[in-house]
Amino acid sequence: MALISLFEVIGPNMVGPSSSHTAGAASMALLARSLFPGEIKKVVFTLYGSFAKTYKGHGTDRALLGGIMGFATDDLRIRDSLELAEEQGIEYEFRIGGEEEGDIHPNTADMDMEGTRGERLFVRGVSLGGGKVKIVRLNQIQVDFAGEYSTLIVSQTDMPGVVAHITKVLSEEGVNIAFMRLFREKKGANAYTIVESDEKIPAEVLNRIRENPLVSDIMLVQL
Amino acid sequence: MEFNHGTELLKLCEELSMPISAVMKLRETEVFKTPEEEVERKMRKALSIMKESVKAPLEIPVPSVGGLIGGEAKKLKEHYDRGKSICGSVLSKASMYAMAVLEVNASMGVIVAAPTAGSSGVVPGVLLALQEEYDLSDHEILNGLYTAGAVGYLLMRNASVAGAEAGCQAEVGAASAMAAAAAAEIMGGTPQMCMDAASGALSNLLGLVCDPIAGLVEAPCQNRNSVGAANALVCAEQALAGIRQIIPFDEMAQAMYHVGRSLPFELRESALGGCAGTPSGCSRSCEIFGEKKNR
Repeated sequence: MALISLFEVIGPNMVGPSSSHTAGAASMALLARSLFPGEIKKVVFTLYGSFAKTYKGHGTDRALLGGIMGFATDDLRIRDSLELAEEQGIEYEFRIGGEEEGDIHPNTADMDMEGTRGERLFVRGVSLGGGKVKIVRLNQIQVDFAGEYSTLIVSQTDMPGVVAHITKVLSEEGVNIAFMRLFREKKGANAYTIVESDEKIPAEVLNRIRENPLVSDIMLVQL
Repeated sequence: MEFNHGTELLKLCEELSMPISAVMKLRETEVFKTPEEEVERKMRKALSIMKESVKAPLEIPVPSVGGLIGGEAKKLKEHYDRGKSICGSVLSKASMYAMAVLEVNASMGVIVAAPTAGSSGVVPGVLLALQEEYDLSDHEILNGLYTAGAVGYLLMRNASVAGAEAGCQAEVGAASAMAAAAAAEIMGGTPQMCMDAASGALSNLLGLVCDPIAGLVEAPCQNRNSVGAANALVCAEQALAGIRQIIPFDEMAQAMYHVGRSLPFELRESALGGCAGTPSGCSRSCEIFGEKKNR
């Protein structure tokens, strides 16, 4: 059982009205933004389940867009995020997800982001209640992390030696691994290694992991 | 230093000769390796948000996003100011403050979930009413928040504080138990009295369903927050008077959880049953979402 902090009980500090539909939505979008390599020019949100049915009354749309713009859960600018995005020239669109996504969690949102230099990233987030969230899909690959630790996400080709390279670099840079998992689309295709650590992960780690030619991209969520 | 149940918490209070608030603060610093100053800083921040959220709607009400509530706290204040209160000052203020916080929440203002957004009015309502009426220092109110946190932590760990899982008794019920224990401590109660107050508060709201109109955190949530605050004050008073609860807190937490799990889906935040399922509730829902729902 995960430990519960005092500030999960007296907290989170948040823009209302709902910890799952507002604060959770802001948190997952903030996490998605932190994974994005550039400046976001356009984002298409697809909402599922309860998010799709009640998003207007809960400000889920404003919270998602606010998170994409970097607003924390207690940042009042969330209220005006639709207007602020227009001022800043960020295009956005909200879509309602189809029923084809069978067993999807009721509070799910897809965030399809496009950068000013053509960068693309697709992130699917789930709001678990009480403001807690997790990311369950990156581009085409099912993943599972919450950003509660410093999180290193390495995009790589599924070939021998990449994981060994990553752990060697981490070990030499003195980073203690709390959790480490590998997710892949299919054998030999694109894969993600996700490493979670209690401490900050130094920038040098990223540079050295990139040296491996099978590594195509690295994302980092720093605590 | 860790405790997982009310009995363990009371044992620690006795061994360390500390109130619940001090044990909870110690747990946070030891278990999460967070420096005490940092814990204190975060709690002060929470208190400052609470203070703002109980007051703002008394002067300038803001309508809720769904339009079901707005202005109720100001009405209560005006009624009180005319000398017409039938509840007396502490209860009137606790009730008006609790409703105020829910107005802030429903208009996308900033609140502190305690333990949830839908029940965020109860703890600040009770503590800030007591602070005004009994001239208590911020330090004493902060202690109340640690004690409320201890009770909420136990309920989150051993039962549930999610309306979708266990009904409103798990949200407003939990908040009421937290506020009851906090009120008992800051008004001079022993740790045992705090836990009795919390147990009593849970038992009084046992079975309360979660049935938000249109699925929004507005009504009946706002009214229930003021009821949660009133219940907390009554239970704290009973405990301070030396009235013991037959059912200890841990057993009551389990009872609350089992009752919650046996509530049908319609009465657990699905916006299908209870208030939400009444003709008036349904018609308000249709007005908001502009569509006929099949029920």
